[in-house]
Amino acid sequence: MTSDGQEILVRVRGLRFAFGPRLIYDGIDIDIPRGKVTAIMGPSGTGKTTLLRLIGGQWRPQAGSIEFDGVDVHQQSRRQLFELRKRMGMLFQNGALLTDLTVFENVAFPLREHSGLPDSMIRDIVLMKLEAVGLRGAAQLYPEQISGGMARRVALARAVALEPAMVMYDEPFTGQDPISMGVLMRLVRTLNEALGLTSILVSHDVQEVLSISDYVYVVAGGKVLERGTPEAIRDSQSPMVRQFLDGKPDGPVPFNYKTERDYATDLLGGAA
Amino acid sequence: MNLVKILGEFLRSLGEATLFLFTMVRALPAALLRPRLVVQQIYMVGMLSLIIITISGSFIGAVLALQGYRTLVQFGASSSLGALVAFSVMRELGPVMTGLLYAGRAGSSLAAEVGLMKATDQLSGMEMMAVDPIKRVIAPRFLAGIIAMPLLTAIFSLMAIGVAGGYLIGVVVLGVDDGSYWSQIHTGLHPHDVVETLIKSLVFGVAVNWIALYQGYHAAPTSEGVSRATTSTVVLSSLTVLALDFVLTAFMFR
Repeated sequence: MTSDGQEILVRVRGLRFAFGPRLIYDGIDIDIPRGKVTAIMGPSGTGKTTLLRLIGGQWRPQAGSIEFDGVDVHQQSRRQLFELRKRMGMLFQNGALLTDLTVFENVAFPLREHSGLPDSMIRDIVLMKLEAVGLRGAAQLYPEQISGGMARRVALARAVALEPAMVMYDEPFTGQDPISMGVLMRLVRTLNEALGLTSILVSHDVQEVLSISDYVYVVAGGKVLERGTPEAIRDSQSPMVRQFLDGKPDGPVPFNYKTERDYATDLLGGAA
Repeated sequence: MNLVKILGEFLRSLGEATLFLFTMVRALPAALLRPRLVVQQIYMVGMLSLIIITISGSFIGAVLALQGYRTLVQFGASSSLGALVAFSVMRELGPVMTGLLYAGRAGSSLAAEVGLMKATDQLSGMEMMAVDPIKRVIAPRFLAGIIAMPLLTAIFSLMAIGVAGGYLIGVVVLGVDDGSYWSQIHTGLHPHDVVETLIKSLVFGVAVNWIALYQGYHAAPTSEGVSRATTSTVVLSSLTVLALDFVLTAFMFR
Protein backbone atom coordinates (compact mmCIF):
# COMPACT_ATOMS: atom_id res chain seq x y z
CA MET A 1 0.00 0.00 0.00
CA THR A 2 1.17 3.53 -0.66
CA SER A 3 0.63 6.43 1.70
CA ASP A 4 -2.59 7.30 -0.09
CA GLY A 5 -3.93 3.78 0.32
CA GLN A 6 -3.27 2.40 -3.18
CA GLU A 7 -2.26 -1.17 -3.68
CA ILE A 8 1.15 -1.64 -5.30
CA LEU A 9 1.56 -4.23 -8.08
CA VAL A 10 5.21 -3.63 -8.95
CA ARG A 11 7.66 -2.48 -6.32
CA VAL A 12 11.18 -1.49 -7.38
CA ARG A 13 13.64 -0.95 -4.55
CA GLY A 14 17.25 0.27 -4.67
CA LEU A 15 17.60 -0.87 -8.27
CA ARG A 16 21.10 -0.65 -9.61
CA PHE A 17 21.94 -1.67 -13.16
CA ALA A 18 24.92 -1.03 -15.40
CA PHE A 19 25.92 -2.02 -18.92
CA GLY A 20 29.63 -2.62 -18.42
CA PRO A 21 31.01 0.72 -17.23
CA ARG A 22 27.83 2.64 -18.11
CA LEU A 23 25.61 3.07 -15.08
CA ILE A 24 21.93 3.07 -16.10
CA TYR A 25 20.19 3.02 -12.72
CA ASP A 26 21.77 4.11 -9.50
CA GLY A 27 19.49 2.86 -6.76
CA ILE A 28 16.02 3.92 -7.82
CA ASP A 29 12.69 3.22 -6.11
CA ILE A 30 9.50 3.00 -8.16
CA ASP A 31 5.99 1.92 -7.19
CA ILE A 32 3.46 0.94 -9.83
CA PRO A 33 -0.07 1.17 -8.36
CA ARG A 34 -2.54 -1.54 -9.33
CA GLY A 35 -5.24 -0.65 -11.82
CA LYS A 36 -3.61 2.61 -12.94
CA VAL A 37 -1.68 3.84 -15.94
CA THR A 38 1.78 4.76 -14.72
CA ALA A 39 4.16 6.50 -17.08
CA ILE A 40 7.94 6.42 -16.96
CA MET A 41 9.28 9.42 -18.85
CA GLY A 42 12.78 10.56 -19.55
CA PRO A 43 15.19 11.52 -22.28
CA SER A 44 16.37 8.89 -24.78
CA GLY A 45 19.10 6.66 -23.46
CA THR A 46 18.06 6.83 -19.82
CA GLY A 47 17.21 3.15 -19.81
CA LYS A 48 13.42 3.26 -19.85
CA THR A 49 13.24 0.13 -21.99
CA THR A 50 15.87 -1.44 -19.74
CA LEU A 51 13.52 -0.95 -16.81
CA LEU A 52 10.79 -2.94 -18.56
CA ARG A 53 13.22 -5.74 -19.34
CA LEU A 54 14.31 -5.76 -15.72
CA ILE A 55 10.71 -5.95 -14.53
CA GLY A 56 10.06 -8.77 -17.01
CA GLY A 57 13.07 -10.63 -15.63
CA GLN A 58 14.92 -10.70 -18.95
CA TRP A 59 17.88 -8.93 -17.38
CA ARG A 60 19.23 -9.07 -13.86
CA PRO A 61 20.01 -6.00 -11.79
CA GLN A 62 23.37 -5.72 -10.04
CA ALA A 63 21.62 -4.72 -6.84
CA GLY A 64 18.15 -4.05 -5.53
CA SER A 65 14.90 -5.90 -6.03
CA ILE A 66 11.80 -5.88 -8.18
CA GLU A 67 8.61 -7.37 -6.80
CA PHE A 68 5.66 -8.23 -8.99
CA ASP A 69 2.52 -8.86 -6.96
CA GLY A 70 4.62 -9.57 -3.90
CA VAL A 71 7.01 -11.98 -5.64
CA ASP A 72 10.67 -11.08 -6.20
CA VAL A 73 11.08 -11.43 -9.97
CA HIS A 74 14.79 -12.19 -9.81
CA GLN A 75 14.57 -14.89 -7.14
CA GLN A 76 12.46 -17.20 -9.32
CA SER A 77 13.45 -20.31 -11.21
CA ARG A 78 13.02 -20.15 -14.98
CA ARG A 79 9.78 -22.08 -14.74
CA GLN A 80 8.40 -19.80 -12.04
CA LEU A 81 9.50 -16.76 -14.02
CA PHE A 82 7.60 -18.02 -17.05
CA GLU A 83 4.51 -18.46 -14.85
CA LEU A 84 4.89 -14.83 -13.74
CA ARG A 85 5.29 -13.63 -17.32
CA LYS A 86 1.97 -15.15 -18.30
CA ARG A 87 0.51 -12.43 -16.10
CA MET A 88 2.55 -9.67 -17.77
CA GLY A 89 2.00 -8.51 -21.30
CA MET A 90 4.64 -6.52 -23.08
CA LEU A 91 4.32 -4.33 -26.13
CA PHE A 92 7.67 -3.92 -27.85
CA GLN A 93 8.51 -0.72 -29.66
CA ASN A 94 8.33 -2.32 -33.10
CA GLY A 95 5.61 -4.79 -32.17
CA ALA A 96 7.94 -7.82 -32.36
CA LEU A 97 5.30 -9.76 -34.28
CA LEU A 98 6.36 -13.16 -35.59
CA THR A 99 6.87 -12.46 -39.27
CA ASP A 100 6.09 -15.99 -40.45
CA LEU A 101 2.60 -15.98 -38.91
CA THR A 102 -0.54 -14.08 -39.90
CA VAL A 103 -2.04 -11.41 -37.68
CA PHE A 104 -4.58 -13.98 -36.48
CA GLU A 105 -1.92 -16.57 -35.65
CA ASN A 106 0.22 -13.96 -33.90
CA VAL A 107 -2.61 -13.16 -31.50
CA ALA A 108 -3.42 -16.87 -31.18
CA PHE A 109 0.23 -17.67 -30.43
CA PRO A 110 0.22 -17.24 -26.62
CA LEU A 111 -3.16 -18.97 -26.40
CA ARG A 112 -1.98 -21.97 -28.39
CA GLU A 113 1.17 -22.17 -26.31
CA HIS A 114 -0.40 -21.82 -22.88
CA SER A 115 -4.15 -22.08 -22.72
CA GLY A 116 -4.82 -25.60 -24.00
CA LEU A 117 -8.18 -24.35 -25.27
CA PRO A 118 -9.87 -25.96 -28.29
CA ASP A 119 -9.38 -24.28 -31.65
CA SER A 120 -12.92 -22.95 -31.87
CA MET A 121 -12.57 -21.15 -28.57
CA ILE A 122 -9.15 -19.76 -29.48
CA ARG A 123 -10.68 -18.45 -32.69
CA ASP A 124 -13.39 -16.62 -30.77
CA ILE A 125 -10.95 -15.10 -28.30
CA VAL A 126 -8.58 -13.96 -31.05
CA LEU A 127 -11.42 -12.35 -33.00
CA MET A 128 -12.60 -10.58 -29.85
CA LYS A 129 -9.12 -9.24 -29.12
CA LEU A 130 -8.66 -8.14 -32.71
CA GLU A 131 -12.07 -6.45 -32.67
CA ALA A 132 -11.03 -4.57 -29.51
CA VAL A 133 -8.08 -3.05 -31.38
CA GLY A 134 -10.15 -2.55 -34.55
CA LEU A 135 -8.24 -5.02 -36.70
CA ARG A 136 -10.56 -7.99 -37.07
CA GLY A 137 -10.57 -7.25 -40.80
CA ALA A 138 -6.79 -7.64 -40.97
CA ALA A 139 -6.76 -11.10 -39.40
CA GLN A 140 -5.44 -12.92 -42.45
CA LEU A 141 -2.73 -10.39 -43.37
CA TYR A 142 0.95 -10.95 -42.65
CA PRO A 143 2.95 -8.46 -40.51
CA GLU A 144 4.77 -7.08 -43.56
CA GLN A 145 1.41 -6.18 -45.12
CA ILE A 146 0.29 -3.86 -42.32
CA SER A 147 1.54 -0.45 -41.18
CA GLY A 148 3.70 0.16 -38.11
CA GLY A 149 0.76 1.54 -36.15
CA MET A 150 -1.37 -1.46 -37.02
CA ALA A 151 1.48 -3.78 -36.02
CA ARG A 152 1.51 -2.18 -32.58
CA ARG A 153 -2.23 -2.67 -32.27
CA VAL A 154 -1.86 -6.34 -33.21
CA ALA A 155 0.94 -6.64 -30.67
CA LEU A 156 -1.37 -5.06 -28.12
CA ALA A 157 -4.10 -7.58 -28.91
CA ARG A 158 -1.52 -10.32 -28.48
CA ALA A 159 -0.24 -8.81 -25.22
CA VAL A 160 -3.72 -8.97 -23.69
CA ALA A 161 -4.66 -12.35 -25.19
CA LEU A 162 -3.89 -14.22 -21.97
CA GLU A 163 -5.75 -11.64 -19.84
CA PRO A 164 -2.65 -10.47 -17.99
CA ALA A 165 -2.67 -8.42 -14.82
CA MET A 166 -0.29 -5.87 -16.28
CA VAL A 167 0.79 -4.57 -19.68
CA MET A 168 4.10 -2.83 -20.28
CA TYR A 169 4.24 -0.46 -23.23
CA ASP A 170 7.64 0.35 -24.68
CA GLU A 171 7.48 3.69 -26.53
CA PRO A 172 4.05 2.97 -28.03
CA PHE A 173 3.69 6.39 -29.70
CA THR A 174 7.11 6.79 -31.29
CA GLY A 175 6.99 7.44 -35.02
CA GLN A 176 3.19 7.33 -35.29
CA ASP A 177 1.06 9.71 -37.32
CA PRO A 178 -1.48 11.78 -35.32
CA ILE A 179 -4.37 9.46 -36.14
CA SER A 180 -2.73 6.20 -35.11
CA MET A 181 -1.25 8.02 -32.10
CA GLY A 182 -4.80 8.96 -31.09
CA VAL A 183 -5.98 5.38 -31.65
CA LEU A 184 -3.17 3.96 -29.53
CA MET A 185 -3.74 6.48 -26.74
CA ARG A 186 -7.40 5.63 -26.58
CA LEU A 187 -6.60 1.91 -26.60
CA VAL A 188 -4.14 2.17 -23.74
CA ARG A 189 -6.72 3.96 -21.64
CA THR A 190 -9.79 1.91 -22.57
CA LEU A 191 -8.06 -1.46 -22.27
CA ASN A 192 -6.78 -0.45 -18.86
CA GLU A 193 -10.34 0.28 -17.72
CA ALA A 194 -12.15 -2.50 -19.56
CA LEU A 195 -9.78 -5.33 -18.64
CA GLY A 196 -8.89 -4.01 -15.19
CA LEU A 197 -5.23 -3.87 -16.16
CA THR A 198 -2.27 -2.16 -14.65
CA SER A 199 -0.30 -0.33 -17.30
CA ILE A 200 3.29 0.83 -17.38
CA LEU A 201 3.93 3.25 -20.16
CA VAL A 202 7.47 4.09 -21.13
CA SER A 203 7.67 7.08 -23.40
CA HIS A 204 9.13 10.47 -24.12
CA ASP A 205 6.06 11.89 -25.82
CA VAL A 206 5.32 14.41 -23.09
CA GLN A 207 1.85 15.74 -23.91
CA GLU A 208 0.39 12.36 -24.90
CA VAL A 209 1.70 10.67 -21.80
CA LEU A 210 0.60 13.41 -19.42
CA SER A 211 -2.89 13.32 -20.89
CA ILE A 212 -3.55 9.60 -20.38
CA SER A 213 -1.58 8.57 -17.32
CA ASP A 214 -2.62 8.57 -13.69
CA TYR A 215 0.86 8.77 -12.26
CA VAL A 216 4.18 9.83 -13.75
CA TYR A 217 7.83 9.21 -12.99
CA VAL A 218 10.49 11.31 -14.68
CA VAL A 219 13.85 9.52 -14.75
CA ALA A 220 17.20 10.76 -16.00
CA GLY A 221 20.82 10.10 -15.21
CA GLY A 222 19.99 6.91 -13.30
CA LYS A 223 17.75 8.71 -10.79
CA VAL A 224 14.08 9.48 -10.34
CA LEU A 225 13.89 13.26 -10.84
CA GLU A 226 10.24 13.74 -10.16
CA ARG A 227 7.16 11.70 -9.39
CA GLY A 228 3.53 12.60 -9.09
CA THR A 229 0.26 13.13 -10.87
CA PRO A 230 0.42 14.63 -14.37
CA GLU A 231 -0.71 17.99 -12.90
CA ALA A 232 2.08 17.98 -10.35
CA ILE A 233 4.63 17.11 -13.04
CA ARG A 234 3.36 19.93 -15.28
CA ASP A 235 3.90 22.38 -12.40
CA SER A 236 7.33 21.03 -11.49
CA GLN A 237 10.01 23.64 -11.03
CA SER A 238 13.00 21.28 -11.25
CA PRO A 239 15.23 22.68 -14.03
CA MET A 240 15.85 19.27 -15.53
CA VAL A 241 12.18 18.32 -15.58
CA ARG A 242 11.37 21.73 -17.07
CA GLN A 243 13.95 21.28 -19.80
CA PHE A 244 12.47 17.89 -20.64
CA LEU A 245 8.84 19.04 -20.58
CA ASP A 246 9.48 22.24 -22.54
CA GLY A 247 11.87 20.59 -24.97
CA LYS A 248 14.70 23.08 -24.50
CA PRO A 249 17.79 22.08 -26.51
CA ASP A 250 20.28 23.08 -23.82
CA GLY A 251 20.10 23.08 -20.05
CA PRO A 252 20.98 20.63 -17.29
CA VAL A 253 21.01 17.98 -20.04
CA PRO A 254 23.71 19.52 -22.26
CA PHE A 255 23.38 19.84 -26.01
CA ASN A 256 26.96 18.71 -26.52
CA TYR A 257 28.06 15.16 -25.83
CA LYS A 258 30.65 15.06 -23.08
CA THR A 259 34.27 15.28 -24.27
CA GLU A 260 37.61 15.81 -22.56
CA ARG A 261 39.09 17.86 -25.39
CA ASP A 262 38.31 21.48 -25.97
CA TYR A 263 36.86 22.56 -29.32
CA ALA A 264 39.78 24.75 -30.52
CA THR A 265 42.41 22.15 -29.68
CA ASP A 266 40.34 19.52 -31.44
CA LEU A 267 40.03 21.63 -34.59
CA LEU A 268 43.68 22.61 -34.67
CA GLY A 269 44.82 19.15 -33.63
CA GLY A 270 45.32 18.04 -37.23
CA ALA A 271 47.49 21.07 -38.13
CA ALA A 272 49.70 20.98 -35.07
CA MET B 1 49.72 -11.02 -24.46
CA ASN B 2 47.51 -10.52 -27.46
CA LEU B 3 47.75 -14.20 -28.32
CA VAL B 4 46.63 -15.10 -24.80
CA LYS B 5 43.64 -12.80 -25.21
CA ILE B 6 42.67 -14.32 -28.56
CA LEU B 7 43.04 -17.82 -27.14
CA GLY B 8 40.96 -16.84 -24.12
CA GLU B 9 38.26 -15.42 -26.36
CA PHE B 10 38.28 -18.57 -28.51
CA LEU B 11 37.95 -20.83 -25.46
CA ARG B 12 35.18 -18.66 -24.07
CA SER B 13 33.08 -18.87 -27.25
CA LEU B 14 33.82 -22.60 -27.53
CA GLY B 15 32.48 -23.04 -23.99
CA GLU B 16 29.47 -20.91 -24.78
CA ALA B 17 28.78 -22.91 -27.94
CA THR B 18 29.07 -26.18 -25.99
CA LEU B 19 26.57 -24.96 -23.42
CA PHE B 20 24.30 -23.92 -26.29
CA LEU B 21 24.54 -27.43 -27.72
CA PHE B 22 23.51 -28.92 -24.36
CA THR B 23 20.58 -26.50 -24.14
CA MET B 24 19.46 -27.50 -27.63
CA VAL B 25 19.77 -31.21 -26.91
CA ARG B 26 17.82 -30.79 -23.67
CA ALA B 27 15.07 -29.05 -25.66
CA LEU B 28 14.83 -31.83 -28.28
CA PRO B 29 11.97 -33.66 -26.52
CA ALA B 30 10.03 -30.38 -26.65
CA ALA B 31 10.68 -30.28 -30.40
CA LEU B 32 9.33 -33.82 -30.74
CA LEU B 33 6.12 -32.63 -29.13
CA ARG B 34 5.73 -30.12 -31.96
CA PRO B 35 6.04 -32.38 -35.01
CA ARG B 36 4.35 -29.80 -37.25
CA LEU B 37 7.11 -27.27 -36.61
CA VAL B 38 9.76 -29.90 -37.30
CA VAL B 39 8.13 -30.97 -40.56
CA GLN B 40 7.85 -27.32 -41.61
CA GLN B 41 11.56 -26.87 -40.96
CA ILE B 42 12.50 -30.07 -42.79
CA TYR B 43 10.72 -28.51 -45.75
CA MET B 44 12.62 -25.23 -45.30
CA VAL B 45 16.12 -26.70 -44.94
CA GLY B 46 15.70 -30.00 -46.79
CA MET B 47 13.12 -29.71 -49.51
CA LEU B 48 14.26 -26.26 -50.55
CA SER B 49 17.88 -27.48 -50.77
CA LEU B 50 16.90 -30.29 -53.13
CA ILE B 51 17.59 -28.44 -56.37
CA ILE B 52 21.15 -27.47 -55.51
CA ILE B 53 21.80 -30.95 -54.12
CA THR B 54 20.49 -32.87 -57.14
CA ILE B 55 22.21 -30.65 -59.70
CA SER B 56 25.53 -30.69 -57.83
CA GLY B 57 25.28 -34.45 -57.35
CA SER B 58 24.77 -34.95 -61.07
CA PHE B 59 27.75 -32.82 -62.04
CA ILE B 60 30.07 -34.35 -59.46
CA GLY B 61 29.12 -37.84 -60.60
CA ALA B 62 29.55 -36.87 -64.25
CA VAL B 63 33.01 -35.40 -63.71
CA LEU B 64 34.06 -38.41 -61.65
CA ALA B 65 32.99 -40.72 -64.45
CA LEU B 66 34.87 -38.72 -67.07
CA GLN B 67 38.09 -38.56 -65.06
CA GLY B 68 37.79 -42.15 -63.85
CA TYR B 69 37.17 -43.46 -67.33
CA ARG B 70 40.24 -41.66 -68.70
CA THR B 71 42.47 -43.35 -66.13
CA LEU B 72 40.81 -46.76 -66.06
CA VAL B 73 40.70 -47.19 -69.80
CA GLN B 74 44.51 -47.04 -69.92
CA PHE B 75 44.60 -50.25 -67.87
CA GLY B 76 41.70 -51.80 -69.69
CA ALA B 77 39.68 -51.59 -66.50
CA SER B 78 36.89 -49.32 -67.64
CA SER B 79 34.34 -51.90 -66.50
CA SER B 80 35.31 -50.98 -62.91
CA LEU B 81 34.04 -47.44 -63.43
CA GLY B 82 30.89 -48.12 -61.40
CA ALA B 83 32.91 -49.15 -58.36
CA LEU B 84 35.19 -46.13 -58.63
CA VAL B 85 32.34 -43.67 -58.79
CA ALA B 86 30.41 -45.43 -56.03
CA PHE B 87 33.37 -45.60 -53.64
CA SER B 88 34.32 -41.97 -54.17
CA VAL B 89 30.79 -40.75 -53.69
CA MET B 90 29.71 -42.99 -50.83
CA ARG B 91 32.83 -42.66 -48.75
CA GLU B 92 33.79 -39.04 -49.34
CA LEU B 93 32.13 -36.79 -51.84
CA GLY B 94 28.51 -37.54 -50.93
CA PRO B 95 28.54 -36.51 -47.28
CA VAL B 96 31.25 -33.85 -47.66
CA MET B 97 29.77 -32.06 -50.66
CA THR B 98 26.28 -32.26 -49.17
CA GLY B 99 27.66 -30.80 -45.94
CA LEU B 100 29.34 -27.94 -47.77
CA LEU B 101 26.34 -27.20 -49.96
CA TYR B 102 24.00 -27.43 -46.98
CA ALA B 103 26.16 -24.94 -45.09
CA GLY B 104 25.92 -22.49 -47.94
CA ARG B 105 22.26 -22.99 -48.74
CA ALA B 106 20.51 -23.84 -45.48
CA GLY B 107 23.06 -22.97 -42.77
CA SER B 108 23.37 -19.38 -43.90
CA SER B 109 19.61 -18.94 -44.08
CA LEU B 110 19.13 -20.46 -40.62
CA ALA B 111 21.70 -18.08 -39.14
CA ALA B 112 20.19 -15.07 -40.92
CA GLU B 113 16.63 -16.00 -39.95
CA VAL B 114 17.40 -16.54 -36.27
CA GLY B 115 19.68 -13.48 -36.18
CA LEU B 116 16.95 -11.29 -37.65
CA MET B 117 14.39 -12.72 -35.26
CA LYS B 118 16.69 -11.64 -32.48
CA ALA B 119 17.35 -8.21 -33.99
CA THR B 120 13.62 -7.54 -34.37
CA ASP B 121 12.86 -8.58 -30.76
CA GLN B 122 10.86 -11.62 -31.86
CA LEU B 123 12.89 -13.87 -29.55
CA SER B 124 12.57 -11.42 -26.62
CA GLY B 125 8.89 -11.13 -27.41
CA MET B 126 8.52 -14.90 -27.09
CA GLU B 127 10.39 -14.89 -23.80
CA MET B 128 8.03 -12.25 -22.48
CA MET B 129 5.09 -14.40 -23.58
CA ALA B 130 6.60 -17.15 -21.42
CA VAL B 131 7.53 -19.18 -24.49
CA ASP B 132 11.09 -20.50 -24.53
CA PRO B 133 12.61 -19.56 -27.91
CA ILE B 134 15.06 -22.46 -27.59
CA LYS B 135 12.14 -24.88 -27.50
CA ARG B 136 9.92 -23.07 -30.00
CA VAL B 137 12.45 -21.80 -32.54
CA ILE B 138 15.87 -23.40 -32.10
CA ALA B 139 15.21 -27.05 -31.21
CA PRO B 140 12.78 -27.76 -34.11
CA ARG B 141 15.28 -26.29 -36.57
CA PHE B 142 18.13 -28.31 -35.05
CA LEU B 143 16.18 -31.55 -35.21
CA ALA B 144 14.96 -30.84 -38.75
CA GLY B 145 18.52 -30.16 -39.90
CA ILE B 146 19.80 -33.41 -38.41
CA ILE B 147 17.01 -35.34 -40.13
CA ALA B 148 17.44 -33.54 -43.45
CA MET B 149 21.20 -34.00 -43.83
CA PRO B 150 21.33 -37.83 -44.26
CA LEU B 151 18.34 -37.66 -46.61
CA LEU B 152 20.02 -35.00 -48.72
CA THR B 153 23.24 -37.01 -48.70
CA ALA B 154 21.35 -40.07 -49.93
CA ILE B 155 19.76 -38.09 -52.75
CA PHE B 156 23.10 -36.51 -53.66
CA SER B 157 24.77 -39.93 -53.81
CA LEU B 158 21.94 -41.43 -55.80
CA MET B 159 22.14 -38.64 -58.36
CA ALA B 160 25.93 -38.85 -58.55
CA ILE B 161 26.21 -42.63 -58.89
CA GLY B 162 23.06 -43.71 -60.56
CA VAL B 163 20.78 -41.31 -62.26
CA ALA B 164 22.26 -38.34 -64.02
CA GLY B 165 25.92 -38.46 -63.01
CA GLY B 166 28.18 -41.50 -63.31
CA TYR B 167 25.59 -43.66 -65.04
CA LEU B 168 24.70 -41.09 -67.68
CA ILE B 169 28.29 -40.27 -68.58
CA GLY B 170 29.83 -43.72 -68.03
CA VAL B 171 27.18 -45.96 -69.53
CA VAL B 172 25.11 -43.82 -71.85
CA VAL B 173 27.82 -41.49 -73.19
CA LEU B 174 31.12 -43.39 -72.87
CA GLY B 175 29.65 -46.81 -73.49
CA VAL B 176 30.71 -48.74 -70.37
CA ASP B 177 28.68 -51.93 -70.14
CA ASP B 178 25.46 -51.43 -68.21
CA GLY B 179 25.66 -54.77 -66.41
CA SER B 180 29.26 -54.47 -65.30
CA TYR B 181 28.68 -50.87 -64.10
CA TRP B 182 26.04 -52.05 -61.64
CA SER B 183 27.59 -55.41 -60.74
CA GLN B 184 30.88 -53.70 -59.80
CA ILE B 185 28.94 -51.45 -57.45
CA HIS B 186 27.00 -54.42 -56.12
CA THR B 187 30.07 -56.53 -55.32
CA GLY B 188 32.34 -53.62 -54.32
CA LEU B 189 30.14 -51.68 -51.90
CA HIS B 190 29.60 -53.16 -48.46
CA PRO B 191 26.99 -52.28 -45.89
CA HIS B 192 29.69 -50.64 -43.78
CA ASP B 193 30.27 -48.12 -46.58
CA VAL B 194 26.65 -47.08 -46.29
CA VAL B 195 26.97 -46.94 -42.50
CA GLU B 196 30.05 -44.77 -42.90
CA THR B 197 28.13 -42.35 -45.11
CA LEU B 198 25.28 -42.28 -42.65
CA ILE B 199 27.56 -41.60 -39.68
CA LYS B 200 29.37 -38.84 -41.54
CA SER B 201 26.22 -37.14 -42.70
CA LEU B 202 24.71 -37.28 -39.21
CA VAL B 203 27.86 -35.79 -37.67
CA PHE B 204 27.97 -33.07 -40.33
CA GLY B 205 24.26 -32.41 -39.78
CA VAL B 206 24.80 -31.85 -36.07
CA ALA B 207 27.89 -29.69 -36.67
CA VAL B 208 26.53 -27.41 -39.40
CA ASN B 209 23.16 -26.83 -37.73
CA TRP B 210 24.80 -26.28 -34.36
CA ILE B 211 27.13 -23.66 -35.84
CA ALA B 212 24.37 -21.94 -37.82
CA LEU B 213 21.92 -21.75 -34.92
CA TYR B 214 24.61 -20.69 -32.46
CA GLN B 215 25.80 -17.93 -34.77
CA GLY B 216 22.24 -16.71 -35.37
CA TYR B 217 21.19 -16.87 -31.73
CA HIS B 218 24.28 -15.04 -30.54
CA ALA B 219 24.44 -12.53 -33.38
CA ALA B 220 24.70 -8.86 -32.45
CA PRO B 221 21.19 -7.44 -33.01
CA THR B 222 22.25 -5.17 -35.89
CA SER B 223 22.51 -5.51 -39.68
CA GLU B 224 26.24 -5.94 -39.35
CA GLY B 225 25.78 -8.57 -36.66
CA VAL B 226 23.44 -10.65 -38.84
CA SER B 227 25.75 -10.37 -41.83
CA ARG B 228 28.67 -11.42 -39.70
CA ALA B 229 26.70 -14.39 -38.36
CA THR B 230 25.86 -15.67 -41.84
CA THR B 231 29.44 -15.31 -43.06
CA SER B 232 30.88 -17.04 -40.01
CA THR B 233 28.33 -19.82 -40.39
CA VAL B 234 29.42 -20.63 -43.93
CA VAL B 235 33.16 -20.27 -43.21
CA LEU B 236 33.17 -22.14 -39.90
CA SER B 237 30.86 -24.93 -40.95
CA SER B 238 32.70 -25.56 -44.22
CA LEU B 239 35.99 -25.83 -42.37
CA THR B 240 34.39 -27.98 -39.68
CA VAL B 241 32.92 -30.36 -42.24
CA LEU B 242 36.30 -30.81 -43.92
CA ALA B 243 38.17 -31.25 -40.65
CA LEU B 244 35.61 -33.65 -39.22
CA ASP B 245 35.66 -35.62 -42.46
CA PHE B 246 39.38 -36.19 -42.05
CA VAL B 247 38.99 -37.25 -38.42
CA LEU B 248 36.09 -39.58 -39.17
CA THR B 249 37.84 -41.14 -42.18
CA ALA B 250 40.98 -41.71 -40.11
CA PHE B 251 38.91 -43.51 -37.46
CA MET B 252 36.89 -45.58 -39.88
CA PHE B 253 39.78 -46.36 -42.23
CA ARG B 254 40.28 -50.05 -42.80
